[in-house]
Amino acid sequence: VTLLAQQLLLGLLIGGLYGLAAAGLSLVFGVMRVLNVAHGELIMLGGYGAFWLAALLGVDPFAALGLVIPASLLLGAVLYWGLFGFVVRADEETRVKNSLLIGFGLALALHALAVRLWTADERSIPTSYGGAVLSVGPLAIPLVRLATLVLALGLIGGLQLLLTRWRWGQAIRATAEDWQAALLTGIDVRRAYLLAFALGTALAGAAGTLVTVAYSVSPSIGLEWTLKALIVVVLAGLGSMIGTFAGGLVLGVAEAVSAAAFGGPYREIVGLVIFVVVLTVRPRGLFGR
Amino acid sequence: MTGHGHERGWAAAILAGLGLLALLPLARPRDDVLNFVFLILLAITLAESWNIVAGYAGQVNLGHAAFFGTGALVTRALWTAGTPVLPAMAAGAAAAAVFALVIGVAAFRLRGAYFAIGTLALGEIMRTTVGNVLPEISTLPAATIGAYRLSLRYYLALGLAAVSVVAVAWLATSRLGLGMRAIREDEEAAEASGVGALRLKLSALGLSTGLAGLAGGLFAYYHISYYPSHPFGPHWTFDALLMTFIGGVGTLQGPVLGAVLYIVLKEYLALRWVDIHLLIFGALFVAIVLLLPGGLVQAVARARALLGGARRAA
Repeated sequence: VTLLAQQLLLGLLIGGLYGLAAAGLSLVFGVMRVLNVAHGELIMLGGYGAFWLAALLGVDPFAALGLVIPASLLLGAVLYWGLFGFVVRADEETRVKNSLLIGFGLALALHALAVRLWTADERSIPTSYGGAVLSVGPLAIPLVRLATLVLALGLIGGLQLLLTRWRWGQAIRATAEDWQAALLTGIDVRRAYLLAFALGTALAGAAGTLVTVAYSVSPSIGLEWTLKALIVVVLAGLGSMIGTFAGGLVLGVAEAVSAAAFGGPYREIVGLVIFVVVLTVRPRGLFGR
Repeated sequence: MTGHGHERGWAAAILAGLGLLALLPLARPRDDVLNFVFLILLAITLAESWNIVAGYAGQVNLGHAAFFGTGALVTRALWTAGTPVLPAMAAGAAAAAVFALVIGVAAFRLRGAYFAIGTLALGEIMRTTVGNVLPEISTLPAATIGAYRLSLRYYLALGLAAVSVVAVAWLATSRLGLGMRAIREDEEAAEASGVGALRLKLSALGLSTGLAGLAGGLFAYYHISYYPSHPFGPHWTFDALLMTFIGGVGTLQGPVLGAVLYIVLKEYLALRWVDIHLLIFGALFVAIVLLLPGGLVQAVARARALLGGARRAA
């Protein structure tokens, strides 16, 4: 029982990162109707950003967030201007198809770039406090992972505030609701798209940093994280960032349960199976609109 | 766009090209030349098979590798157990198509992006499961390796490429293909005018995955040793997608052009810039999607129109 509880706990801890990874994808998909399959590669880049800061400049990985997030915002803006901004001119169906294709090309290029810059090896960031553990009864909580969960929740809460209180955040939400109506009320829809994409990329960068601190990063983690984020988006639906975070926790726990029940190698499959089943039962996803 | 004569002309040209390649082994080329052409032929089959569902029926299937892998798995198992290779490949293709039809009934409830990501997840489920159940590398027994003849594989690949071109040419000019294109353009309108969308989509998927299963069987027959999960890898899907879009999706000749260009360019770039060739490739692909959504086929048509316009002006 203790073992199971420990597994569930670890599942919950990684689930927070699933939620954070999914939040960026959900924001971009919900607002722009663009499916960025290179989201996992953006997470991977964020991870290497933190790795570089730590390895070259000795920056603490948690402090690195302060640099990785603005850098990712900028990267997101550049990607929007250079690539995805062209896609949003098309109608919705073409948009999805073209964004898939561009995402694939981008994923291929970013993967190759990462192998070139950082080799194909797995990297992590060693810290002095990396092994610290908080003992609660028989359970051992790795402090770093707990910190990533708290930070993920904080970032998502911050995003939610941004979307509800900030003037442009409200514009983003109005655009997600109905871009034509938003346009009619005088909202600069293009600008809302740009902001949504930049914010989504920033979230990916933050997720990548936390993944690298608590686990590890390698050039090939992209597809895996894209899939996790997609699963969570389909589980949680669009619209609520807190809901997305909860969806991430659910996926983390479901994986832990399945790993305990069927053995470790099958943990990847459970999420995918849930995903396919949910999609089949609710063909347009669980999205409430 | 253009009439049936157009497709027939291209089919004849491509088949003639394949006929010339049939003479290649007579010239006793080096093995690496035969291997290179083999890769192109396999790529043509894979790209045309993907093109059927994506280009004609308009469904972006990102789980194509699952069917390529199923074909490879079944063919390899039967063939190494002593079945002659052609029946083994036929069984592999049948297994892939039947599996696809079962999946398709559920998957085609999904539309657009949801179909794409649903099939992507399916492919990953298959890859992970096969990797877990069959983690050992599959190697041919020594006796079979001793009897290995490359030219045999080469002719089989040639035959398959010809079959896939003929299949797509037939589809492009048939009622079935017409119905599929109607779905691609506007599914609701097609349904309203009496086109059974699900039945047509399933036909496209069955044909497409049957061909992919044959290609997988050829892969299993060609390689001496590989991990059983390798043919389930997502790169098989992405390769098919890249080649089809580079050439021109929904045309007969596009995937063939795309496959030739893709393999030649990939080998060339890989030799020249070992570690960044995929970077160049990704960038090139993005440029094609943004600038030439119709691929090479459209580029040629546009260039022709421009030249024609210039001539008329002069």
